[in-house]
Formats: sequence, structure tokens, C-alpha cells
Amino acid sequence: MTELYEELGLTEDEYRDIIRILGREPSKVELGMYSLMWSEHCSYKSSKPVLSQLPTRASYVLQGPGENAGIIDIGGGLAAAFKMESHNHPSAVEPYQGAATGIGGIVRDIFTMGARPIACLDPLRFGSLESPRQRYLFSGVVAGIAGYGNCLGIPTVGGDIYFDECYDGNILVNVMAIGIMPKENLIRGQATGVGNAVVLMGNRTGRDGIGGASILASQEFDETSQEKRPSVQVGDPFTEKLLIEACLELLEKNLLVGLQDLGAAGISCACSETAARGGVGMKIELKNVPLREEMDPFEIMISESQERMLAIVEPRKLDEVLATCERWGLPAVVIGEVTEGDMLEIYWYGEKVVEVPASSLASGPVYERAAERPAYLDEVQSADLAALEHPSDLNRVLLDLVSGPNLCDKRLVYEQYDHMVQLNTVVYPGSDAAVLRVKGTSKALAVSVDGNSRYVYLDPYGGTQIAVAEAARNVVAAGGVPMALTNCLNFGNPERPDIFWQFKESVRGLADAARHMELPVVSGNVSFYNESFGTAIYPTPVVGMVGLIGTLSTRRTIAFPEEGLVVAMLGDTLDELGGSEYLRLVHGMTAGRPPALDLEVEKSVQTTCIEGIRRGIILSAHDCSEGGAAVALLECCCAGGVGATLEVDTPLQPVSWLFSESQSRFVVTLREEDLGALEDLAASRQVRVYALGRTGGSRLIVGDWIDLGVDEMKAVREEALGRLLKG
Amino acid sequence: MKVSIYVSPKKGVLDPAGQAALGALKSLGFGEVADVRIGKYIILRLEDIDAGKAEDRVQEMCERLLANPIIEDYRIEMGD
Amino acid sequence: MRFGVVVFPGSNCEMDCHHVIDKVLREDVDYVWHQQTDVSAYDCLVLPGGFSYGDYLRCGAIARFSPVMEAVADFAAEGGLVIGICNGFQILLEAGLLPGAMLRNTSLSFICRFSSVRVENADTPWTNAARQGQVLRVPIAHGEGNYTADEATLAALAEEGRIILRYCGEDGEVTAAANPNGSVDNIAGICGEGFNVFGLMPHPERASEEILGSTDGLLIWESVMAHYRSRG
Repeated sequence: MTELYEELGLTEDEYRDIIRILGREPSKVELGMYSLMWSEHCSYKSSKPVLSQLPTRASYVLQGPGENAGIIDIGGGLAAAFKMESHNHPSAVEPYQGAATGIGGIVRDIFTMGARPIACLDPLRFGSLESPRQRYLFSGVVAGIAGYGNCLGIPTVGGDIYFDECYDGNILVNVMAIGIMPKENLIRGQATGVGNAVVLMGNRTGRDGIGGASILASQEFDETSQEKRPSVQVGDPFTEKLLIEACLELLEKNLLVGLQDLGAAGISCACSETAARGGVGMKIELKNVPLREEMDPFEIMISESQERMLAIVEPRKLDEVLATCERWGLPAVVIGEVTEGDMLEIYWYGEKVVEVPASSLASGPVYERAAERPAYLDEVQSADLAALEHPSDLNRVLLDLVSGPNLCDKRLVYEQYDHMVQLNTVVYPGSDAAVLRVKGTSKALAVSVDGNSRYVYLDPYGGTQIAVAEAARNVVAAGGVPMALTNCLNFGNPERPDIFWQFKESVRGLADAARHMELPVVSGNVSFYNESFGTAIYPTPVVGMVGLIGTLSTRRTIAFPEEGLVVAMLGDTLDELGGSEYLRLVHGMTAGRPPALDLEVEKSVQTTCIEGIRRGIILSAHDCSEGGAAVALLECCCAGGVGATLEVDTPLQPVSWLFSESQSRFVVTLREEDLGALEDLAASRQVRVYALGRTGGSRLIVGDWIDLGVDEMKAVREEALGRLLKG
Repeated sequence: MKVSIYVSPKKGVLDPAGQAALGALKSLGFGEVADVRIGKYIILRLEDIDAGKAEDRVQEMCERLLANPIIEDYRIEMGD
Repeated sequence: MRFGVVVFPGSNCEMDCHHVIDKVLREDVDYVWHQQTDVSAYDCLVLPGGFSYGDYLRCGAIARFSPVMEAVADFAAEGGLVIGICNGFQILLEAGLLPGAMLRNTSLSFICRFSSVRVENADTPWTNAARQGQVLRVPIAHGEGNYTADEATLAALAEEGRIILRYCGEDGEVTAAANPNGSVDNIAGICGEGFNVFGLMPHPERASEEILGSTDGLLIWESVMAHYRSRG
């Protein structure tokens, strides 16, 4: 047994803890369960102490972190459930199935809470498209998201995609889902009620994704080892679709006590977590688990076969539950019952193979990892940007920026996603935030994801604050009031002090920004060990923001809506080229400090914008971010098919005004007669409004710096990704 | 030279298409069907290649493109 | 007028069709479960979009054997109005209620976007509210919408005015560039011999409300309602 625990990835101390808890040596199955449940992925043993500083409460938060998804009250008896998580490693092994099963997992998290999933958003990070491997991964991931999400009939309405060499060895596939429910349908992943049945629904269990490398290493290799190779999880969106409909019907009929999806660590995790949350025990007979192939109890307990759910059902409602599943053509069997106490007992044809306290699995060890400021920071932050020579052809720079992989048009991607099904998408992809109407009300949700890892690399604390501010700004630009956020924190190996320092600083930034902007963090996910050959990715926290639009008529897009409107910049532009896309593209540098963020200023600018939209003064709004003012203006022109003639009065160098990524800014349009009113609104919040000129014509003209045709800009942006994918 | 390649889901890997066809066959009254696995049948025609090297080349084609070795098995039949 | 929206396992546009019929058209509408064998209560059956049975074998191949499909075939044979949208169209083809078959899009990718389609025959139960040659802006969302049929079938479809919609540019020009999926002759929608069965790849239910960006899809719903009323 001593060798086995090490091979399973447990430390000697952890193994001793297990013996202390059980008062005896664990069995092989028990050890396998502990190794998975106490893994970083399931236990958050490194991140938990750091995450505890995140603000999670607000009057409208119905469910914060710790459940399958966070839930907020959106009024009128309705609630929104949402969460983001990662599927980085499976997607690197098999991009199509990895991304597909990522969608499957996050969608299950949503309907597990009782909500109908209404949208997905996918933040993706890849290495350089110059590499054929990266092009293969990119195409596979996009096709996997499309293949699974489209089949489910859940629109993929947004996301973001960035390319950087730091992801060459480790791509990121994050997925976010959001759902809507009547508040009374909220259900938790809790087992209660001694004697209640434990029902396993959905796909049969096979050897899918068995434990990954650590478990593989624990298997004795013999002539059958080829067959025992852990197989990649294959997604079955059809079964998932049936699960969604069946579960929502069961909840609608009030037939369930608790509901939990099976994800990482499969039955082990689902049983121990539901029992631990409910403060009960559970007795499971594994011979009742429908299998796809012959398997032993160890394998059944740790299999990660997809599209499975665990339901807790009162005995008197059991027949109706099974009949409902049958009507949907879904296998459903009773595998056990809820018991008194807190012991999880697992049987295999009557023989007890596991007897452990459920809570001991669900609450694993906690570590205070060492943290040390990485040495690279001084070097990159002190880079002398003042000495750079800037190109004189600014038209060329702008076109180069928007034909690069990060700022080009992503139509080629989102047109592969069904982004319209369910008839809720009222602002389509390509704007700052997706807007989803809430049928039966006049409201809508504005949803956006954001995370610029270059900023976080240069300054983990400040860069992460920017992610929060910018996600909120995107929601504001769509006319929404930001309500709450979810996140996915992608980092390298937490056992390395330099990486853990990045993590701690990043979470501190997330917490401070969220607290200052009064945005509770209601759910999230941490993904560590994102590295290959000892090189970690840039620290990549991604924020998913959900906001509420009170009346649909106040939704906005980035598009210049018509000719003859005043174009104005809300907020100040500073000489801040550090960490910019311009610096990366033109000078090949990721250096300097990211733009400064003053959270007080940010709030003032955002409330000015919201108020301007609410009063009907602001007719279009676009967050000014990557690529700076120039790219923002170009995007407004392209989206609206309208040009603009602008003059800039600034002491800054042209490149600084055009391409600095200064925070807390919006490009807005308004009628001439409303300019005074907007200036008053802004002045009362100490925000400056810079009138730049007017919309009109078919060219974007900015002083004597920029003069480009809208059609040309559109064509350059739209054809870029296709060209890059051809290699 | 004609080459036939049969690509099928690896043993133990979930085959949603096979499962869907199995269910449909059963509901159509074909109760005797115990399992369905659905794969692909690929026909290649090779030219200007040494017969001795052909099989290795086809194997490489399978590994690199025609099959996904992570989730699929393949079988090669050389000649007609 | 009473609509029945057929629900196959894996359908995913049934709620969208239901929503439009109920909340926008304000007509009676029920879901019709795939195991139902009596559809006599309905004046029009809608086979919605989605991925019936996952579309794992061939689009629509398994759904056509659902018990309800026999009832749909009888209903159609008696002149009943049947519209198949996207996956519904694919099921009608597999069931032989419409001629031809679907191939994968030439791009090999799923495509979701607004498309322009031209009304090729405005004298049908499905298009009488539109003008001949009118261009409708209606979204498509499919991976297999590349319609094909043998020469004789195509000739008959053209001859009898049963090609109802063709993909076109915004100006109404039917060109290769305006063809999103490789469909033969830019065909986007066809009718059966009696014109009571209509299959189309574009989703009229996604273009039936101002807030969704187009109301051109309403012309199709309004046509069938006008046809039904004129029939009395």
C-alpha cells in the first residue's frame, strides 16, 4: 500500500491522515477515492485559504460558491444560475472531445441547480497560429464546442479568444454557462432524508477518463494493460439533452430532494459531496450501476463517464421518477439509499469495499503554499518604453492590429456556433456583451467574459483588477448594471513559490476589485498545473460578468447607429502603452506596466455611462480596451457600417492616444443637443467627456493620423482569421 | 493499388452513434441486436509506390490523419 | 387554427416554434410527442429544428421511424399542412414525404447566420403573403443543409413550381456566392406535390419578432394561416 499511495499522488502526511480518519489502513478502492477527492482539482487544497478573501454576499445572492453554480435573484420570481470552469487538459489531449465534454460539464452544473441553460460563453487561449499543432487544436476546440452546444440547443453567445506564445504548450479552454429558473425550482446537491433512494441517471458507466496519469501509474501492467488504458471521455450531447429535459421535468413536478451531476471523480465525488452537504451517510451497491463494459469497483468509483446525474428521491416518488426517465429514454436505476450518520458505505455484490466518513472525502487537506515574488517582474516592468521609435504610417499600424489574431473579426468562429436558438439573443456576438432577453418580462441579461493575461503577467494584482473592471464595463456598454461574477483562475504549478505568488496577488486583485465595485463572486473554478516542460502559461484569471438590463429598450451595441451623431470619449486617455497589443505587435514586446486602474474613477465612468443610456442620451457605447481608442473606433464603424470624422486635441504622441489601453473609457455616440446633458451627468461624477467629431460618410478619419475606408477595414478584419488558419 | 481502411471507435470508448442506432434497431423490432459500433470505411488508391513500403505509409496516414488514435482503432487491408 | 409542434428526442427548436405560434401569432398550439399516433386535432403540423436522436447516424434517419411519423404521413396524404424546418426538413426527406436528400455543407462546418432567400413561388399555402421574388431575411443554422436530388426530380421540382425558396444575395440575385451550403440550384425550401408539405432550411421562427432582427419569417406563418382560413 505504501507504494500505491505515492503512485496515486498522495503525500505521506495525507496517507497518515487517512489512516487516522479510518483507524486502519484504507482499501485500494478507498485509497483511490481519497486520492481523487483530495487532488488539487477536487479539494482546492492550495487555493482554498486564498479564495476565502473573495466577497460572496449581496442581498440578491441566493447561492454563493460551494454549490454546482452561483445563483442571483433577478426579480419577478426568477433567478439566474451561472458558473465558469476549465477543461484545459482534456482539450490538449483531444481538442474536439475535450471541448465538447467541457460544455457538457458546465451545462450540467447549471441544470443541476434547477435552471434551464440559456447560453454558453467560451474564453479560449491558444499559442501562435503559425504552429500547425495550434491550428489543429484551435479548429478541434471550436468544432467540439459547436458540435456539443449546437446539439443541445443552447446558444453560444460569446467568449473571447487570444493567441500568445505562452500558451504554445498549454492551451486554455474555459467554458461558462448561464441558466434561468423560477426561484422555487432551486435545488441543491444535497442528500437528506434517511431512507431516500439514490438514483443514477443517464449514460452507462465505462472506463472514460479513468483518473488520468496518477491512476494509470497505479495500475499493474500486464497483458490487459492496453485495454485498461484510460480512455478519453467522449461527449454524447443527445443524452445530455435528454438529461436536461428529464431533470427539469422532475424538478417542475417537485419529485427530487437533491440533484448532483457526475464530473471529476465520478460516483466518488457525487456521493461524498451530496452526503457531506446533507450531513448524512449513504449506502451504495455498485452492482446496480449500469456498465458499458466489465469493470471492477475501483474503476466504477473513479470513472468519469459523461452525461450522468445522481438524484436523491423519496421512496413514494420513486416510481414516477423512474417512469419520467423512461419516457425520455434515459436509463435510471436505484444504486443505494441515504443513511443515518455520515458514513459512505460502498458494496460490490454484497461485499463492503468502502466505509469512510463522507465529510472526510469532501473536505480534504488544506495547504499554505509558499509564495515569492518572481524575479522576472522587475525586468519587464522597468522596460524603457520612452525610447521606442514609433512607425509613421498609422493607417498601416491600425490595419495590422485588426488583422492580427487577437483583434481580428471572430465571425468565422461564432458562426459555427448556433448563437440564436431559444430566441433570447437580442445582441449577437461581436459586441461588448451578449444580451439575452428574459422571456415573459421586459428585462434582459448582459453577459461578458474578460481576462487579459498579458496585464496579469506584468502585474498580477493590477491586471486582475482590470479583468473585473473590464468585464463590468462590457456589461455597462450593453446597457446593463453589473450584478455578480464568476471566474476561472488558470495558473501554473502552485507548488512553485513564484507561481503561487502570482496566484495570491491575482486573487487579492480580484477580491479588492469585486469588493470595491460591490460585485459578489458567486462561483468559480481554479485550474493549476497549466505548464509544459516547466514553463508556465501567463497567469490567466478570466472573469465572467452577469448584469441586468431593466428594460430591453435600453440595450445598446457598439455599432455607430446612424450618421450625424456626436462621437465622444468618456474618460481620460493617458500615455500607457505598457502591455498593449500595439507594443506586442509592432515592437514584439510584452513589457512595461499595464494601464493604471483607479476603481473609484472606474465606478464613476461606468455609472455615467449607465445613466446616459438609461436617459436615452447615449445611443451606442463601446468599451475602449485592447488596441486602444483607434481599434475601438474602427470596431464601432465596422459594426454600424458608418464612418466618422474626428479631431483629437491632446498633448500625447499620436501612437499614445491611438493605441494606449487606458482603462475606464467608453466611445459613445449621442445627438448634438444631448451633449450638454451628458457633460452635466459626467461632471457631477468628476468624469470628463471629450467630443471628438461626428459619425457619417464611409471613412474613419482621425485628424491627420488615420484615414481609412469602412469597407476596407471591414474586409481586412473579416478575412484575417481565415488567412491565419491556413498557415 | 487499392487500400481499404476500417476505422472504428476504440473498445471501451463511448460510441454515441452506435448507441443511437442500437436503440432505434431495437425499437424497430430487431431485438437480436446486442451491440452496434459505427465507424468509417476509407478507400485509398495508391500509385507509384513500392509494395513493400506501402503498408508502413498507410499506417502513418492512419496515425496522423485518417484515424484519431486516441479514440479510434483502425484496420488496414492492402489490395483488392 | 390549431398547430401541433412535434417533439422528437433531441428536437431543440420546438419551444421556439411554440413561443412564436402562441405568443406572436396568438394561435392555439400543442406539443405532439413522438410516440403519439393521433394528430387529427391539428390544422398544421410543425416538425421543428434540432438534432433528433443526436443526428448521429444520418440527420433525421432515426426520427422518421418514430410512431408519430406514420400519423404525419397519413395526415399529409389527406392534404394536411405539414412544415418541416431544418431538422424537420431533413426528417421529411428521410421519411420520403419530400424528394431528395441532404449532404454536409460544403464548408464542412455548421453555419449560423442570417441568410437571404428569394420567394420563387408566391402562390402556395406557405408563401401567399409574400410577393413573387421577394427577398426574405431569415437565419439559417445547420451543418447539413446541402440539398441534392437527381436530375429528374430537380426538373420536376422546377417544372411544377415546387422550389419555393432559393438562397440569394441581399439584392435578390441567386448566385454561387450567396449559397451558404452548396445546395443544388441554391435550393433552400421545397414543397411536395400537393404543396401541403413544405420543407425549408431557414428558421422562420427566428425571424418573427422585431427584437430578433427580422420579421420576414412571419410571412410564412401568415401565409399558412391565410390559406387555412380561405379553405374554411
